[in-house]
Amino acid sequence: MQASPLAHHFENLEKQAHAARLGMWLFLATEILLFTVLFAAYALYRFLFPEAFALSSRALETWVGFVNTIVLVTSSLTVATGLHSATRGDGRKTALWFGISVLLAVVFLVLKAYEYNHHFHTGQLPGRFYTYEGVKAPGAPMYFTLYFLITGLHAIHVIVGMTVLVVIGALARKGRYTAAYHVPVELGALYWHLVDLIWIFVFPLIYLI
Amino acid sequence: MKPSPLPSDDVAAYAPRNYLNAPATGLMSWLNTRDHKRIGVMFLIATTIAFAVGGLFAMLIRLELLTPGPTVMDPMTYNRMFTLHGVVMIFLFMIPVIPSGFGNFLVPLMIGAKDVAFPKLNLLSFYLYLIGAVVALAGMIWGGADTGWTFYTPYSTDTITKVTPILLGAFILGFSSILTGLNFIVTTHTMRAPGMGWMRMPLFVWSIYATSIIQILATPVLGMTLLLVVVDRAFHLGVFDPTWGGDPVLFQHFFWFYSHPAVYIMVLPAMAVISEVVCTFSHKNIFGYKAVAYSSLGIAFVGFFTWGHHLFTSGQSAFDAGIFGILSMFVGIFTAIKVFNWTATLYKGSISFKTPFAYFVGFLFFLVFGGMTGVALATVSLDVHWHDTYFVVAHFHFIMVGAVMMAFLAALHYWFPKITGRTYPEGWGLVAAVMIILGFNFTFIPQFLLGNMGMPRRYYSYSERFQALNVASTAGASVLAIGLTIILVYLLVSLRYGRVAGSNPWLSRGFEWDTPSPPPPENYPVTPVIEHGPHDYDGENITLPPHQHAPEPEPHAS
Repeated sequence: MQASPLAHHFENLEKQAHAARLGMWLFLATEILLFTVLFAAYALYRFLFPEAFALSSRALETWVGFVNTIVLVTSSLTVATGLHSATRGDGRKTALWFGISVLLAVVFLVLKAYEYNHHFHTGQLPGRFYTYEGVKAPGAPMYFTLYFLITGLHAIHVIVGMTVLVVIGALARKGRYTAAYHVPVELGALYWHLVDLIWIFVFPLIYLI
Repeated sequence: MKPSPLPSDDVAAYAPRNYLNAPATGLMSWLNTRDHKRIGVMFLIATTIAFAVGGLFAMLIRLELLTPGPTVMDPMTYNRMFTLHGVVMIFLFMIPVIPSGFGNFLVPLMIGAKDVAFPKLNLLSFYLYLIGAVVALAGMIWGGADTGWTFYTPYSTDTITKVTPILLGAFILGFSSILTGLNFIVTTHTMRAPGMGWMRMPLFVWSIYATSIIQILATPVLGMTLLLVVVDRAFHLGVFDPTWGGDPVLFQHFFWFYSHPAVYIMVLPAMAVISEVVCTFSHKNIFGYKAVAYSSLGIAFVGFFTWGHHLFTSGQSAFDAGIFGILSMFVGIFTAIKVFNWTATLYKGSISFKTPFAYFVGFLFFLVFGGMTGVALATVSLDVHWHDTYFVVAHFHFIMVGAVMMAFLAALHYWFPKITGRTYPEGWGLVAAVMIILGFNFTFIPQFLLGNMGMPRRYYSYSERFQALNVASTAGASVLAIGLTIILVYLLVSLRYGRVAGSNPWLSRGFEWDTPSPPPPENYPVTPVIEHGPHDYDGENITLPPHQHAPEPEPHAS
């Protein structure tokens, strides 16, 4: 066991946990606003080029997005299960569930990489790099600009989230957290749920509509 | 000064053990500190240097505009100068100075806490500020940008000047700002001392809280937008480029979604300072505490729905323009609530006309004048006439330099004894204040006239008939610069030779003055129990038991 996790400027752990949770929720709000810019741009350009956006969306392989959605939602479940183990002070189980979640995240990234690779071969690329013959409507290059920006930013968040899960999982395995104190596990889980939640908006915007 | 009802046993003492010498004094103990007071002081030093750099650029601009044609620099250098002036003053000075500098120092002291909620994030925020500043300054030295601080596309994606490092610098500075805002929101929610309900919070804390909300909700939008411009510059993906279907006006929407609320990131902390100064120097409770507190939140809220008034001439529909114009005027209502309450606070007060009070008077004039011209500019038909003229320049300088710089200087003088434990020379303080206030008026009132005559902003050269007023403006700016230099000199001298201030030289009832000067590292040896409202000058309520009805400062209290 480590020294007490209570920092000098807090009266008790409960207050400290409350502060940490509030801080995390505020941070998640800033993350959502980061994506909001891209979603707003998507809304405007979809309004300007409805046909190109619809056709470009159809030209994607929907099954990849679908499988990835299932994978990410499942990973949220395993993270939640890991957090549940942490609330009962079972650090080893937390580590196990977080490990499974990281594996699912790897599956997500592999599928995403497969898809990117496919786009590079077909020329479904952003802006001036767009050479795809299938959709020639004006605005199709813009669709792929946004496609790569949104999924790319999301993929960065997946990688950051994986790193968080690995670190917290390792600390949980070492027995850093107890049933009384496991706020970092909770915050890590919150972050992962956000990454998942954003994908739940990205999937229909990119693949379905 | 009116005799104080306070105990005055430690009035002349310089706290022997304080945050400046404990726990250690080496450079590393500062660079690696978690103490909110040290971080606040480091922010103050860094932002003051930025202020000097930005001011230097401003003087060079004024020098160039002394004559209609070329004076001291070529057109490209001039374009770079006004861009750097804007970037430095906004991102490096005005946004961080009061929240990250004074806010860091004061918020925990004012709410009876030992530190902010996340001291490590606080230090990280300082280092992000430094990194952002270095990246942006590197870009400036390497080549600078000629886009103006607004980075409007498509020019910013095409210009040959080095915009990218400045954009990245602003992006990093944004994260510094977000972390500070996040820290203050959590600190305000969770770290208040026992007995301090929301209605007993000093108005400074209320205003910083409102500022923090804007910092959290608006800054990520700017960050992403600047990144999109960087991506556009690097790869020409065409997010804002019409060649690939992009819409340059979308950039303006995103940019002003942050940058208009950012005006309130700068002004709300100024109002925070003024709310404290007006109470202390009129020795009286604030008039209408709740109105002043809630109007800060009102400004923060309405501030998010006014960005379109920057786009009246950018092809926005007349209907949208009208709506944005009306919403913008709401800001005037909330500001007026504050102005009337501050003025009413003076009524029957016992006023000490010290340097911070002189800046308060200047602030009030500049805020009202700048605010009224703002309401005029929010009127669409008038704005179409004034848009991109010196009228707009003069308007926002009245708010952002006039009001914010007045508040910064008021804060600097008001809290100088608390931060350093010493006082500044009052006589020199008043001389400098008069010079600055007069110099400011001489700088910017001619610009209102120039703008109304049709002189466009950002132009390198101008027609002969504008010269007299431009000379007046440059002369005023010189007086302003001399005044600021005087302040710098006497404050630096006072650091060493100033009279020892004691814990409460102003006889203020603000909670931060209950600590010794300079405060000890832990602020309060024992967490205080707050038993009265902020600035409780009535005296008789002080010993009420904590659970009785809160003695809120009523409007008619005195």
